[in-house]
This record gives sequence, structure tokens and C-alpha cells, in this order.
Amino acid sequence: MPPPQMGLRTALVRTMAFSDHRAQEDLLKKTWHARPSAGRVLPKQNTGNAVAESDNIIVETAEKIFADLADPQTINHDKKDAWKAPLWQALSDAGLPLSWVPEDCGGSGADLADGFALLNAAGRFAVAVPLAETMLAGWLLAQVKIASPGGEMTVLPASPKDKITLNADGSLSGRARGVPFAKVAKHFAVLAHGNGGVSIVLVDAGQARIEAGLNVGYDHSDTVTLDKAHAITIKPAPRGFDQTRLMLMGGVARSLQIAGALESMLDISVRYSNERVAFEKKISKFQAVQHNLARLAGESAAALAAATSAADAIANAPSFNDEVFLEAAAAKIRCAEAAEKGGGIAHQVHGAIGFTSEHILHRYSLRALAWRDDFGSESHWAVELGKLVANRGADELWPLVASR
Amino acid sequence: MTAALRFDPIRLPEKCEQLRKEVRAFLAEEIAAGTFDPHKPNREDTDVPEFSRKVGAKGWLGMTWPKKYGGQERSFLERYVVTEEMRVANAPTRRFFVADRQSGPVLLKYAPEHIKMDILPRICRGEICFAIGMSEPNSGSDLFAAKTRATKTDGGYLVNGTKIWTSSAHIADYMIAIFRTSPPTKENRRHGLTQFLVKMKQPGIQVNPIGQITGQYEFNEVVFTDFFVPDDHVLGEVDGAWKQATSELAYERSGPERFLETYYVLTELVRAVGPNPDTRSAEGIGRLVAQLHTMRRMSVSVAGMLQAGKEPVVEASIVKDIGTVWEQQLPHRVRDLAAFVEETATNRETLERQLDFAIKTAPKLTIQGGTTEVLRGIIARGLGLR
Ligand SMILES: Cc1cc2nc3c(=O)[nH]c(=O)nc-3n(C[C@H](O)[C@H](O)[C@H](O)COP(=O)(O)OP(=O)(O)OC[C@H]3O[C@@H](n4cnc5c(N)ncnc54)[C@H](O)[C@@H]3O)c2cc1C
Repeated sequence: MPPPQMGLRTALVRTMAFSDHRAQEDLLKKTWHARPSAGRVLPKQNTGNAVAESDNIIVETAEKIFADLADPQTINHDKKDAWKAPLWQALSDAGLPLSWVPEDCGGSGADLADGFALLNAAGRFAVAVPLAETMLAGWLLAQVKIASPGGEMTVLPASPKDKITLNADGSLSGRARGVPFAKVAKHFAVLAHGNGGVSIVLVDAGQARIEAGLNVGYDHSDTVTLDKAHAITIKPAPRGFDQTRLMLMGGVARSLQIAGALESMLDISVRYSNERVAFEKKISKFQAVQHNLARLAGESAAALAAATSAADAIANAPSFNDEVFLEAAAAKIRCAEAAEKGGGIAHQVHGAIGFTSEHILHRYSLRALAWRDDFGSESHWAVELGKLVANRGADELWPLVASR
Repeated sequence: MTAALRFDPIRLPEKCEQLRKEVRAFLAEEIAAGTFDPHKPNREDTDVPEFSRKVGAKGWLGMTWPKKYGGQERSFLERYVVTEEMRVANAPTRRFFVADRQSGPVLLKYAPEHIKMDILPRICRGEICFAIGMSEPNSGSDLFAAKTRATKTDGGYLVNGTKIWTSSAHIADYMIAIFRTSPPTKENRRHGLTQFLVKMKQPGIQVNPIGQITGQYEFNEVVFTDFFVPDDHVLGEVDGAWKQATSELAYERSGPERFLETYYVLTELVRAVGPNPDTRSAEGIGRLVAQLHTMRRMSVSVAGMLQAGKEPVVEASIVKDIGTVWEQQLPHRVRDLAAFVEETATNRETLERQLDFAIKTAPKLTIQGGTTEVLRGIIARGLGLR
């Protein structure tokens, strides 16, 4: 954690100046598997888009930390998960998990757009520590100015189907399934329903019963049961803030991560196709392979466009209206579809090697699939979006789409 | 190297929204006046000259071109709004669409000044119609196999050969065509083709209509017999058309017409299911809307890059690939859901009639203007695979 008086940017510059991982980088360059986006050459263009911009200092810092401490190839060979603690430490030192928490609440006060760009970068590295979850928890708490404690956090509930109840005595009850990283979280940021409406609550993780589970990407996805759990702080949610909003914010975070993972899947698939030889040709010279990769590029592009558009919509929305709902729900739906189609192609191009636990591809492909389930699946949001569209009426569909 | 694809979240500026209101008001008036019926994409006569002139009078044709040629010097994003509103309303754009999108920009770039001064203002006024003469009986995807010859003669060229699938040739005043002026060389099989401006409706040109599976007659065979084209109708470099063909395609590829061609069936489905859809209909509609929204955001993003003077060739091809495949599948997905629509839905017949037509239209969407396979080849090249 940066000292409270130090802004995020200062902290980041300091982190960059002090980190020296050159030896490690040299080592990584020698590995035979393609490195993901750290080695990618992104042309620098200033388009005014924070999410896509590579000269964003937050993204740059994060990418450097990921490249140094979360290189997928190194992580994949580390059977003891020894990489996790140093990575989390470096991210925390740079103030990144609390990006969305204002400085007066113990965070680093980055704006929403920067945080979204950070999540996109995290997706490009398939980062498997609770960075997104802690950011979301900090964001939720900051809605009611509850200061964020240090350490890992996650949010409850993580599915539109689950509800947590705020009891009359101020304790919490309920069960939340599929909560990402609940097992390693020190605190939960909870959205709870009581007689007086919706509240936002900070709870010590020790208050909950946790049944550990894993999602298809092998990350924690746990069932959290609160049985008259004691709250640290309870505050009524701002007017209009509800569970849908939390789910959509979580969904956009996941969309950006999926889009990032797809970018990397495209990158490593293209590279692999230019290396692998079959029938005395690089497989990239077979038209069927080329067309598969063109489709993967299309899915990756669609995910990126949908996710960054939704992020932009939320970051600049004066209020949470139908238009923002369309953007956020559509992003989750389209990115989930892209995860399936795009990931499938990446595997096809890699052949058997991509099916091995030794290869890094599954770190992206399986996580992208797993992320579909969090904060409402694409099926859930499709039903909700369909209802909204039907309810507005046929002649209001085009005006809604065109308003974006 | 893997190309970094860019799809920045570009928003249309405020002035576009003002323009959108004007376009909608205009279209509503025209619909009320009976100029066209937005629920009938399958109307017999899609050529409506008076509509074309009215759109011209509004200043919505050649809107991005210099004022001295009759243009408005407005942005590509403004043009984008006009195009998408017309498309969604099923407005009869046939007469001016090609000229506004493609032919005008080619003339701007390659035609001599006196021709620009003569023709461009007439396009802007909605008076003239253009056709594109690329495909031939034995040259489709492989453009460079074109054989129609333009042989040098006094003051110009004599053209002999046949173009085919030429949309609107039966109503067109001009065609921009590619003819062979030299044989290909050993080093470059793309060498030897030249782009020409052709004045239609003259002796030496015969237009034979070809019926389509939709029941419409909108493309043609065009036969040239010793047809004379003057020297000043050469567009760009003699034998060098291959250098000119690619950049303008970005405009052609990524516009709203590349995913909205069958949009009307989705509107009609939403009408048919009513305000309280069952879960299956809601889910189906939700997915289609999410896909539509995503494509439009991608397409606007490419328009924004074009406006900024970039040439997003790969991005534009991706939009067309995903967009045309989507608009091709849309009628079938809508049909899946329409199976559960109540018999009593008031627009049931309209929906069924529209589905019939859209299902017949669908096959062409991934062929015209470059097939899916050709597009994927372009994307693959952009990815560094070829
Ligand atoms: C409704 C409609 C309107 C049209 N309007 C016009 C017009 O106004 N002006 C004009 O000039 N043309 C027009 N066309 C023609 C259009 O541009 C061609 O149909 C198109 O370029 C394909 O050429 P083709 O039909 O000869 O098919 P072919 O090129 O013969 O292709 C047949 C199949 O083979 C595939 N194929 C070909 N080459 C390759 C390759 N290298 N790799 C993989 N697959 C390959 C194609 O993708 C396709 O699936 C129109 C077509 C349609 C359907």
C-alpha cells in the first residue's frame, strides 16, 4: 500500500524506478514458448481512449509487473504457486488493487477508465490473483465512503440469483455461490437487502463459512455462507444503487478480462502457426488455418469493441439508464460468446500441444470460459436485455442501438 | 508480428445526433407521403428517382466532398448517420447509393478536373446513378483475371467484352469499370488493368437483365461491342488499377449497410412477441441485440478511424466479415424464435412475408463486394500469415 498522502501516479513512478527484473526478463526471452502481450508490439497511437492506450502509466506499470512476476510461462511451471505472494505484494505496493478507491478512503484514486484499462491488461496476462475482485470490492465500498482495509477482498454476491439479507439486528445472512477468490479474501464487500432497502457492508472474511471450489479455469470460486455474520461497517447504498448495478460492473470487469485473454490467444496462436510445420509447410500457409485465425481475430475484435465500449459508457455515464444497461449487458453476452468461439479456434490451431497442462494456452482459454459465469452468465443477461427491448417496444429498438 | 487490432470506443459527436433527427423527420414525411413503405423491403421497384433528388436537395449526397463539387464538407461520421437511418428505414437508396459511397470518391481522386466539375454536382443533386463494372463471367474473386479489353485508338479506347452481375446497370448513367489495357507481366499478374469512367445508355453497350432468386431484377450482364471511351475517361494510372483498388475498399467494407441489410426482421420479431416475452424469446432477442450493438460499435469505430485519416484495412474487413455473416444468419435466428409467436400476433403476416424475403436475400450477403473467403484472406494477410 502506498502511504495515504501519495497519489497513485507517484507510487507507480516509484515502483517502476525501483523494480529491477532485467535478469529475469533475459531468462524469459530464452524460453521457447511464445510470450504473451508483454512482448507484443503495440503501435503507439493516441486516440483518446484510455482502455486501448499503451502509454497509460497505470497500464504500463501493471504490464511491467505482470511481465516480471506473472509471466504465464513461468507461472505455469511453478507447481507450488510461489509466484502469487510476490505478485500480490508488487501490485499492492503500486496501489493497483485499490485503484478505484479514493485517496481519502485509503486507495489510490484512479479514475474508472484507468481501472478498466488495467483489467484489460490483467486479462492479457490471465492474471490469477484477486486484482479485479479487490478493485470491485473497493469500488463498492467507496460508493458509501467505507474505507478499504488492506489485503485481498472480494464482493458478495457474485451472481444475480443470490441475495444476502441484512437482519434487523445488523447481522448478515445468506448464501452466495461462485464467489471468486472468497477463499483467499481477508474481507468481503457485501451488497445486502434489509427492511430499509439496500446496504453496502464491510465484513471480515472470518465471519463466513466458506466451501472452497474451483471454476473451470482452476481459480477459486467458492460458496460463502453468512449466518448472522457480524458486520464491520454498514451504510445505506446511494439512491438507485442496486444489485443489478453491481452485477453489471462486475460483468464489464469480466468482459475486459475476456477481451484481454482473447488478444493474447490471438497473439500466441498467430505466432505458433508461423512456427509449427506440417506437410513441410508452416501451418500458417494453409488456408483453412488462415481463415480460422481470421475468425479468431474477429472474435477478439468483437470482444474488445464490446468491452471497451461498455467501460467507456460506465466511466462517462451521468446516470445508470437503459443505454448503459445495453452496453454492459451486451458486453458480457458478446464477450462470453467470443470466449467460446475464439478460444475454440485457438485450441484447434495449437493441436495437441495446446491441450497439455505444460502449455500456457489453457491459462487464457479456460479462464476466459470461467469468467463467463461470474456476475451473471450471458444467458442471464440475454434474457434481461431481451425483456428490456421487448418492453420498450419494436420501434424503440433502433433508437436505443443508435444512441450509442 | 501480430497486428494490434484497434476498436476504440468512438462516440458520434453531438452534431450527428441533430442530423439524425433531421433524417428521421424527413424519412417519416416520405413514408407518410407514400414514397416508400418501410415494412416492404421486397418492393418491386427500388429505383425511385424523385426520392433520390429529395435526398440530394437535403445535402445528404456527397456530404463529405468539397463544396466546389456540390459537397458539404461534412464528416464521415455525419455521412454514417444518414446511411444507417436510411438503411434501417428500408428507404429506396438504390439510385444514389453506389455513387455516393464509391464512385464519387474514386472520381474525386482520379478524374480530371472538368469531369469532376461536370459529374460530382449531379451526384450530389441525386440526379445520376452509377454501376460498378468489375466482375466478368470468368473473373469474380480473382479480379485480375478480367479480360474485357480496352484497345488504344485515336483519342481513346475501344472496349470489347462482357461484365456481369453489374448491379443497377439497367438504370445507371455511368459505370466505373476495370478493363484490360495490357497483358499481365511475368513478374506481376495484377499488371495491365485500367480503371475507366463509362457513360452508359450509348450504342455499343447492351444491358441484359438477370433474374435473382428473390424474384428481383437488380443485376445485369453488360456487353461492350467496339464501345468508344475517350482518353479523359481514364481514371488514374494506365495498367495500374491494382494500385488503386485497395484503399477505397475500406469505405465499402465497414459501413452500416454491412450488417443492417436484414435488420427489419428483428424489429418485426420484437413487435410480434410483444412487451412480455417468454424466456426463450427474451434470451434470443437479447443475444441478437447484443451482437448487433457490438457490430455497430465496431463499425462506428472504423468510421472514426477513417475520419481521422487512418486506413484501417484489417479492421474494416473484420467488420464486413462478422457483419455479413450475422445479417445472413439473422433471418434464420428470427425464424427459430418466430416459431413460438402467438397465432394472434397482429403483425404475424408481415413478419412471415419479411422472413420469406430475408431468407431469400441472405445467400448474397457473403458474396457481393468480395466473398467471406476473400475477406478472411485479407485479414490473414493483416495478421502476417501470408
Ligand atoms: C447481389 C450481387 C450483386 C453484385 N453486384 C456487383 C456489381 O455491381 N459489380 C460487380 O462487378 N460485381 C458484382 N457482384 C459480383 C461479386 O463481386 C462476385 O460475385 C464476387 O466477387 C465473387 O465472384 P464469383 O461470383 O465469380 O465467385 P468465385 O470467385 O468464382 O468464387 C466461388 C467460390 O469460390 C471461393 N473462392 C474463390 N477464390 C478463392 C480463394 N482464393 N480462396 C478461397 N476461396 C475462394 C469464393 O469465396 C466462393 O465461395 C455482385 C454479386 C452479387 C451476388
